[in-house]
Parts: sequence; structure tokens; C-alpha cells
Amino acid sequence: MMDLELLQVLLLKCLFAFLMVSVVMSMAGYSVLAERKVSAWMQGRVGPNRTVLPLVGYVPLIGPLLRGLGMFQPLADGLKFLFKEEIVPGHVNKIYYYLAPLVALVPALTTMTVLPFGEFVDSTGNKIPLILANLDVGVLFIFAVSSLGVYGIVLAGWSSNSKYPFLGGIRSSAQMISYELAMGLSLLPVFLWTSEPGSMVSSLSLVQIANAQDSSAWLVLVQPLSALIFLIALFAETNRLPFDMPESETDLVGGFHTEYGSFKFGIFFVAEYAHIVIGSAIFTLIFLGGWHFLPWINDPWPTSWIGTLLGTGWFLAKTVFLIFFFIWIRWTLPRFRYDQVMSLGWTKLLPLSLANLVFYVILITWLDQSALNT
Amino acid sequence: MNIVDLLFYFFATLTVGGAVLMVFSKHPVPAALFMITSLVGVAALFVLLEAFFLAILQVLVYAGAVMVLFLFIIMLLDVGPEGGKASRIKVVSGLAGSVAAGLLVILVLNFVLQTGFESNRQIWPAIDESSMVTGQNLVFSTAVKNFGFGLFTKYMLPLQVSGFLLLAAMVGVIILSKKSVAEES
Amino acid sequence: MAKTVVLERKPLSLSERTYLPQIVTGLKTTFSNLFKEKVTLQYPEEKPVIPQGYRGVPTLVKDPNGREKCVSCQLCEFVCPPKAIRITPGEVPEEDESREHVEKAPEDFEINMLRCIYCGYCQEVCPEEAIFLQNEYSLSGYDREELINHKEKLYELGGTLPDQHYKWDKKRKAELEGNSH
Repeated sequence: MMDLELLQVLLLKCLFAFLMVSVVMSMAGYSVLAERKVSAWMQGRVGPNRTVLPLVGYVPLIGPLLRGLGMFQPLADGLKFLFKEEIVPGHVNKIYYYLAPLVALVPALTTMTVLPFGEFVDSTGNKIPLILANLDVGVLFIFAVSSLGVYGIVLAGWSSNSKYPFLGGIRSSAQMISYELAMGLSLLPVFLWTSEPGSMVSSLSLVQIANAQDSSAWLVLVQPLSALIFLIALFAETNRLPFDMPESETDLVGGFHTEYGSFKFGIFFVAEYAHIVIGSAIFTLIFLGGWHFLPWINDPWPTSWIGTLLGTGWFLAKTVFLIFFFIWIRWTLPRFRYDQVMSLGWTKLLPLSLANLVFYVILITWLDQSALNT
Repeated sequence: MNIVDLLFYFFATLTVGGAVLMVFSKHPVPAALFMITSLVGVAALFVLLEAFFLAILQVLVYAGAVMVLFLFIIMLLDVGPEGGKASRIKVVSGLAGSVAAGLLVILVLNFVLQTGFESNRQIWPAIDESSMVTGQNLVFSTAVKNFGFGLFTKYMLPLQVSGFLLLAAMVGVIILSKKSVAEES
Repeated sequence: MAKTVVLERKPLSLSERTYLPQIVTGLKTTFSNLFKEKVTLQYPEEKPVIPQGYRGVPTLVKDPNGREKCVSCQLCEFVCPPKAIRITPGEVPEEDESREHVEKAPEDFEINMLRCIYCGYCQEVCPEEAIFLQNEYSLSGYDREELINHKEKLYELGGTLPDQHYKWDKKRKAELEGNSH
């Protein structure tokens, strides 16, 4: 028999997990809206502003505002995907065809388990990070699991049994391999920087990295090149423009999801945006100080639950800004050609990140040595 | 039977089942996918042993990178289901496979017979600080730091040798692929 | 012969080769666009301004006295390139005082809007200034029948337009004065 305390812990965990999933998924849904709105504004249009919910939409002031911002649009979009006819083309490989959207979505949702989003200081002064599973190798876990997301795309491309999706799948796998290396190498200097000499804890944990930036410089200021390489690789890994090779609409129709419709396409769509949300959150944690206030400034909020909420809100604000940045880049830059993507990955970013690593190894060694000598 | 045991049986089935299906599938793409399933299952088993770092490396390196490359090559060359041509290779590989399986069975049986099914379980310390200071008597632990420490002290030579081997392989590949370019021009 | 000048492209500087300053410039441009005035017209609520001389749906008009102008001469029917117009001619009763000298009026006037190409030839050719392509631009229907505009619909769409000539009134006046030709 399970005792009550265990049950309580389990229930609490389930509740947290449910909250986390709903927050990330609704953020993904609303980043679709943000994408449409921002692109509209950048092109001199107004974007979706027609969808309206009964009752809420007719509240004076708030109703028209929400309607004008298109706040009900994600709901309508989701319902649209749900109620569309399920079409399965006759030439597909059925099992893998159905499996692919799930394989794409599951890694995107799994990575959020190790994503800290705030910190709580209890009465004894212990800092408790708000996180589902506090792994000491959190960053690696995220890399490992999100690298599995490419199988969704590859599987979709292969099982569709048609030319354009197939090309999309191949491009996607090649791109993933090329940019994962640069991404990993760009983070090594960060780990070196945040783990103090002689400390017993490994700083592969996202909580540690975020806390290392508490009232000191953000890592984006200390290691701008690492941040830049990581950001570029992040764009490539999330298949965002200018790296959206797998689904480049202009040359591959729809890329890997050409043969997908209705809710299966919806899952791909949400998975893509979930990747963006989580990618932005990771960049915020590693380079933008996570839930800590501005660089070199102590957190101005009190160490109670209000402070926790404010910190989490600040973290979310930074993440939202990064999502905006993703969208901003998309509607500014044209797409790379495929060979340009490959050459940028292998001949520019990889050597650059290696040089960056060597430079910071020397710098950190020198700093540590001089700190030890004095 | 507690939940960890249940999970163990689930992932063990996943691993072995994936491996068996990989061997018996005719088309290379499903075979590669079953191999990924198997690798992820192994990673999950590592997690059950609380070796998170190993589990993550397993997924990151094998499932995340090597298998993507495999799939890429399979799809690029458009390898279809195997035909009757490769019957000789089939015999050889079947022979090799059964020998390997036999060896594995002997190994496992030997281990089980020696230690018994209910071996006295020992919980390894998550981190051993004393060994870090002295560098002696490395204790097995799952922390990343201990892995690193071990790799750069006790296992320095094997690490360097394997790195050198990989470098040699890389140089070999570069030379092999360069040669055709030189012939063309 | 024209002289061909081959312009040497300048080698890119280091900052240009990273493309980063250019990307920043692009980002600035798109960011400033965020706050520009939107050009979208909220269509059903806001209507576009129709320029003068716009060729919308062809309509039949009445003169300011409410009289039918068309005399069913069928010129428009002949000139219509896609043959969208079909006129069933009818007669004007003799006793109608206000319409003396006008012998014919259309019994039915059909314009098939599925065929009409909005060329405006009918308007140009009409000797009575009875058919006009006016501002109406939005038409829709559920079947083919619905998109054939009959006489009533055409007059309803056309309404009344001012008339400078009152051609038939002048003719009547001239005849009364005794110089009909």
C-alpha cells in the first residue's frame, strides 16, 4: 500500500507537470498568434482580429481589446485542426505516418521536465529551484532529448512516400547533425566559466548556470561569441527561418508535412513552436540570467513567494522577448540556400566555436591561476 | 514488485524487442528505427541504475547523432528491402550473430551462476570527495564530475589512445574522399 | 555601339562578410515597420473609395422624371464581346403622353454577370445613355440563375442619373413647333 505522504507527493508532481505542460503548450499556441500578429505589423497589416468568444468578447473595453489582439484566435485554430477531415493519402506507410507527429511532439514536451523557471527560498534559507526534475546534467538532457525530435521529421518525410517530404526529411537530418556539434561546443565555455575551481558540484545543471549569473554579469556579456553561436545553432535546430530547410515552402511545397493534414499537421505545428518556446527558455537561462534581474544588480524583489512570482514573471518576460526575437528574425531575413546552410555549419560555426573554446579555456585557466596565486 | 522493477521489465523488453525486430526487419529504415528504440531502451535502463550521465550520452551520441547519420545515409542511397542477392552475406552474418548471441548467453549465465539472482545490492555513493583530492582509489559514482575526474586521471592513456584512433579514422576518411577529387581533375 | 563597362565589385570588408551589421540594419527596418500605420482596410465595415470612372456592374438608369431610358435598340447586345446581354424587345403603348415618339422599351433585359467582362462597351455604344457601369463592385450568388441580372434588378441597381439632353422631350417640342427633322 502506498502511504498518504507518497500519494501527496505524487499528486503534487502530477499537478506541477500538468501546469508546466499547459503553460508551455499555451505559450506555443500564443506564439503562433504572435507570429501572425508580428508578421502582420511588420508588413503594414493588422493580423487576425475577428475571432470572438461569446460572453467574454462582448465585455466592454476588454472584449474589443482582446478581439483586436486576436487573443481568441489560437482557440479557433486548434478547433479547426481538430474538426478537419482526417485525410490519409493512399501511398503512405501507415504506421510510421501516424507515428511521426507523436515522435515530433514527445521530445518537445519531455525537455520541459528539466526546465527551471524560478526559485523559492524557504524559511531556513534554502534555495529550492522550481523545476520538475532537478537533474545535475540538465542541459545535456535537453540536448539529448531534443535531438530525438528530428526523428519525427525524418519519419514523416520517409513515411509520406513522396518526393518533397522526403527531401525535407533528408535536409533536416543533415542540418541537425551539422549544427548540434557547434551548439554543444559553444556551451562548453559556459560550463567552464560557471563551475568554480575546486567546487564539488557539476554545473551542467541549468539551475546552477542561472544562479551563477545572480548579481554578476550575464553570460551573454561575458561570452558574446558563445551566445551568438548558440543562438544561430538554436535557430537551425528549431528549423526556424533563415534555416527552415525541412519545410521551405517555396522550394519544397510544405517540406516534411506536405502529406499531413488536420490534427496530425496541427501536432507538427505545435511541436515546432514548443521547440521555440523551450529553446528561448534555455537561452534565457544560460545567457540572459534566468530569473535574475539585470546584470550586476541584486534581485530587487523580496525573498518570499512574491519574489518567486516576480522572478518567474521576469524569466517569462525574457523568454517572450526571445520568442519575439525569433519571429522578428524570421520576417527580416531570407532563407539560406541548402549548401550555404551546410557550409555555414561546418566551415564557419564549427571552427569558430572550437576557437572560442580554446580561447576561453586559456582565459579561464589564467584567471583561476592568478586567483590562486593572490 | 515495485515500480522500478516494472519499469525495468518494460524497458528491458523494449531493448531486447527492438534489437530482435531490428535484426529481422527486411527494410533498412524500420531496422534503423528499431535500433533507435533499442538504444533509447538501454538509456532508460541506465536511468534506472541512476547513471544519468551515461543514459544521456547514450541518447545524445547514439540515438541523437549516429543514428541520424545512419538514417540519412540509408535515405540518401535509397536502400530498398534486401533481395536474394545477399544470401552469402546473410549466411556469414547469421553465423556471426549466433556466435555472438551464444557468447552473450554464456557470459550472462556465468555471471548469474557466480553471483546468484539475489546478489546483495550495494548503493554506490553519488559522489566521493576523498578520491578527488588524492586521485587514488576511484570509487564508482554517477556524478558527471567523477566521470571527468576519472577520465583525466586514471584513464588518461585509454582516452588519449581512443582519441588518437578517432583522429586517424577521420584523417583516413578525408584522404579517401579527397582521392576521387584528385582523379577527376 | 554602346560601350560595355564592367564594374569591378569591391571585395567585402570583414564586417560585411559576417553579415551581422547588415542583419542588424534589416532588423531595424522591420522593427520600425512595426509601428507604422497599417494599410489594411477592414472591408465589410470600411469600404474602399471608388475612383471616378470606375467600371462596376452594368446597370440600367432612368431619367430624372422616372422614365425608362432604354429603347431596346439592341446595340449593346450586338457590341457586347462576351455576349452577356440579351434583350427581349417590347413596345411602348401609344397613349403614354410622356413617352411620345419612343416606340420600344425592353420587355426584359438580361445581363449575365458570369459572362460580363466589365469592358464598358455597352455604356459607350448606348445612344440613349441608358446603361452605365456604376460603383457597385461586389456581387455574389448561390447559383447561375441568381447571377443573371434581369430588368428589375438592373433598374434597382442603376437608379436615376441626371440627364443633360432630354432627347425625346426635345424631339416632341420640335415636332410641336413644326420642324421635326
